[in-house]
Amino acid sequence: MSVEAAPGLSAAGARDGTGSRSHGAATRLARASARAASLLGSLALTFLGLTAVTFFIGRMSSIDPVIAVVGDHATREIYDKARIAMGLDRSLVEQYLIYLGKVLRGELGSSVITSHPVLADLMHFFPATFELATVAILIGVAFGVPAGVMAAARQGRGFDHVVRVVGLFGYSMPIFWIGLVSLFLFYGKLGWVPGPGRIDAFYEDVLEPRTGVILIDAALAGEWDIFRNAFGHLILPASLLGYLSLAYIARMTRSFMIDQLRQEYVTTALIKGRSFVGAVWRHAFPNILVPLITVMGLSYASLLEGAVLTETVFAWPGLGLYITRSLFNADMNAVLGGTLVVGGVFIGINLTCDFLYRLADPRLREA
Amino acid sequence: MLGGPGAVGLSMMVDAQAIAKLSPRQWLAAEDPASRFQATCGSLYRAGRALLANKLALVGLLIVIALVLAALFAPLLAAGVSPLTQDLAGRLAPPGAAHWFGTDELGRDTFARTVYGARATLAIVALVGVIVAPVGLAVGTAAGYLGSAADRVLMRLTDIFLAFPRLVLALAFAAALGPGIENAVIAISLTAWPPYARLARAETIAIVRSDYIAATVLQGASTLRILTRHVAPLCISSVIVRLTLDMAGIILTAAGLGFLGLGAQPPTPEWGAMVSAGREVILDQWWVATIPGFAIFAVSLGFNLLGDGLRDILDPRSR
Amino acid sequence: MAPLLQVERLDVTFEGGRAPVRAVRGVSFTLGRERLGIVGESGSGKSTTGKALLGLLPRSARVEAQRMRFDDHDLLRLSARGWRELRGRRISMILQDPKFSLNPMIRVGKQIMETLRLHKAVSGAEARRQALAMLEAVRMRDPERVFELHPHQLSGGMGQRVMIAAMLIAGPDLLIADEPTSALDVTVQNQVLRILDDLVSARGMGLVFISHNLTAIASFCDRVLVMYEGRILEELPARELWRARHPYTRALIAAAPDLDRPKPELAVVARDPEWAR
Repeated sequence: MSVEAAPGLSAAGARDGTGSRSHGAATRLARASARAASLLGSLALTFLGLTAVTFFIGRMSSIDPVIAVVGDHATREIYDKARIAMGLDRSLVEQYLIYLGKVLRGELGSSVITSHPVLADLMHFFPATFELATVAILIGVAFGVPAGVMAAARQGRGFDHVVRVVGLFGYSMPIFWIGLVSLFLFYGKLGWVPGPGRIDAFYEDVLEPRTGVILIDAALAGEWDIFRNAFGHLILPASLLGYLSLAYIARMTRSFMIDQLRQEYVTTALIKGRSFVGAVWRHAFPNILVPLITVMGLSYASLLEGAVLTETVFAWPGLGLYITRSLFNADMNAVLGGTLVVGGVFIGINLTCDFLYRLADPRLREA
Repeated sequence: MLGGPGAVGLSMMVDAQAIAKLSPRQWLAAEDPASRFQATCGSLYRAGRALLANKLALVGLLIVIALVLAALFAPLLAAGVSPLTQDLAGRLAPPGAAHWFGTDELGRDTFARTVYGARATLAIVALVGVIVAPVGLAVGTAAGYLGSAADRVLMRLTDIFLAFPRLVLALAFAAALGPGIENAVIAISLTAWPPYARLARAETIAIVRSDYIAATVLQGASTLRILTRHVAPLCISSVIVRLTLDMAGIILTAAGLGFLGLGAQPPTPEWGAMVSAGREVILDQWWVATIPGFAIFAVSLGFNLLGDGLRDILDPRSR
Repeated sequence: MAPLLQVERLDVTFEGGRAPVRAVRGVSFTLGRERLGIVGESGSGKSTTGKALLGLLPRSARVEAQRMRFDDHDLLRLSARGWRELRGRRISMILQDPKFSLNPMIRVGKQIMETLRLHKAVSGAEARRQALAMLEAVRMRDPERVFELHPHQLSGGMGQRVMIAAMLIAGPDLLIADEPTSALDVTVQNQVLRILDDLVSARGMGLVFISHNLTAIASFCDRVLVMYEGRILEELPARELWRARHPYTRALIAAAPDLDRPKPELAVVARDPEWAR
């Protein structure tokens, strides 16, 4: 999904245009269900497309899948039998449908390295990525939204320039590089944070994994030492990802707010005797909430991608690290399985947010 | 209005007479241009002036030019030092007089490698650009012009590819096909073209309703002619802005792939791969990873600045 | 009776771009509890003058005057807090198009109450009561129902009446109406003007009526200022408009189409550059 979502969001509120009475609730419900159906259709179609892509990628691999199963020294007979058993003698379309059936049942094959079913592996590694991405988005929102609002309110002046520069840097930053440099600085030179990994080896396997999210589990168990240690490990990668998220969110917030502040109803608020700050937060800001939420969703989706590289640098045991390790070990099942899951979540968030975004601005419904 | 090469020649001849009377700047800035050639030159001139006035965009432009120069004249800039010569005795040397940026884990000069690394970056950027812009334009203008069923099908296709995760898909691709620049380019292009299709479609829809398109249809122009000669040229400015802004992201994705070993293969210098190689020694020999990474950052920043500047000039309403 | 508003040699200059733009030049007038019309074409500076009186011009605008007083407040030296206390409570303004000047996401009733609650400490119930009373005062049928509506559910005339209600609820002494009927259908215009007429009279308010419509101003106001390119060309009582001396004013009057005396050609104003001096 492109990071730059559609520009120029107008006052977000359904205008019926003529000022006549709005359509009945029944019509609205019908329209809403039609749109929801359209969204589900898009989701299904896109996911199918993804499976087609992963299927073809799998086929394009130079590794002979039969040999992967029967080994190099199998006889011709065994090879042929295996080939038929794996359905490789059927047409491409049939093979795809078999593959699709398996995917829908959650059978993503087994990992060559871990020997576990890929789906189980993915479930195991998911919470770490979830933890990282969620803390990052919280940082991004907590700092990005106020920054964007204040930059728009002071457009063209000092703070606005600072926000734009900070945002620009965030857009241009290779996350793996800044991750390495930060590790070097804050861990190597300054010793402010503990090193790579999610938690010190000392504390590994001490905690009863209830949610899989170490921070939550430690808090629930009252193990504050572990909590602090985990937090120390989390803060650097989450902050860096949070910075990327912040750059995007601040930029979009600023853009939305500038559009709103140009509207006449803001002048009206001032005429009534509101302060400018009051007009900004109580009149303009509520009008951008819906598109803002979709922007946050899009940012979260892109954080999942950013996590791939971040986890590699910080040795963070999440989905990203799993995928890249499988890549290095030519574990095709794991790579493709991971691609499907990460891709599926990514697609889901993107399409839903795109849908909500269009809902908020009637003009975009046609596009 | 006359069309075709003969007529252009004629109008240029006429202009030559006009030029003789005006200074070049006056000719460019003329309020009522006498020919299409003059009008095009005039708008380029105005755009150029506006760009130069915007300091940040200028910085961006300089960075991009530096990238191109570094790629083209690498041997010259590296003062003849080879990026491939290994010197295991002198490995991991800090920046100094002999090696401006120090040496890497195999004793190769980091400065030379950084300069030569511009080639891989430029190659990827150029190749991706050359692929996605025309493909996106073609799909978008066709969808916008043909409308109804063709439009819906093409837009579904666009939406599907638009929703794919770029890096993860490129990873899977490279996993299957093996690493290398060509595969990296294909992988990135697969997910990079949809925004251009959407852009082109939106512009096409706006243009198609205009009267002058109706006039060309009445003159008997074929659909292909209309699309290529009348509609596509008008989409170009938006596409250029978008392309420049996207370049920044594409560089980051390509560098990410390089970091994971999926881009240009050793011993060819590539910035992402260099950062990865320097990862082992980051704590003690920070320059090996930091400097090439900084190059990635700088170039990406350059494209962002340039793109922002171009957008302000060419499409100010989309701030 | 002391004048409500005193403006002496008001200058508004917009910085930026190629050269500074002098939108308002040397404008002077006083206003008591009467109705003053400011008529002029687009770009004559009339809206800018209105906004200057409320301190609503952007930062790029430089407002200078020998004198600009409202009651006993010096508008030139007013702090941000001072403006907040004046706006809505003593001076108010109606904008042109309720489609844009009302917040699309907030219910109408709440937007009317807002002005009141910003200036007076009233309970929610009391504010609601007064807002409903205002809706009745602007002759809204079924005020209770309209109170709960969103702006997009209103017609143009209804929206403008809501605007009037919101702007008058705190009881200001001076109202600036910037093209209050220009965005409305002709049939609705008169209705809104009459409501405005009644309310302004009943409350003894001062009114500055800004418009490009000479006919409306002539029938509605006591005095008329004619503006052109930032200057006041002529000032005269409304009933003596037909005896205007300045060629521009006479041209404006002549250019107005007249159903009773239809002309084969509409007169066009022949501009004398001298007027813009």
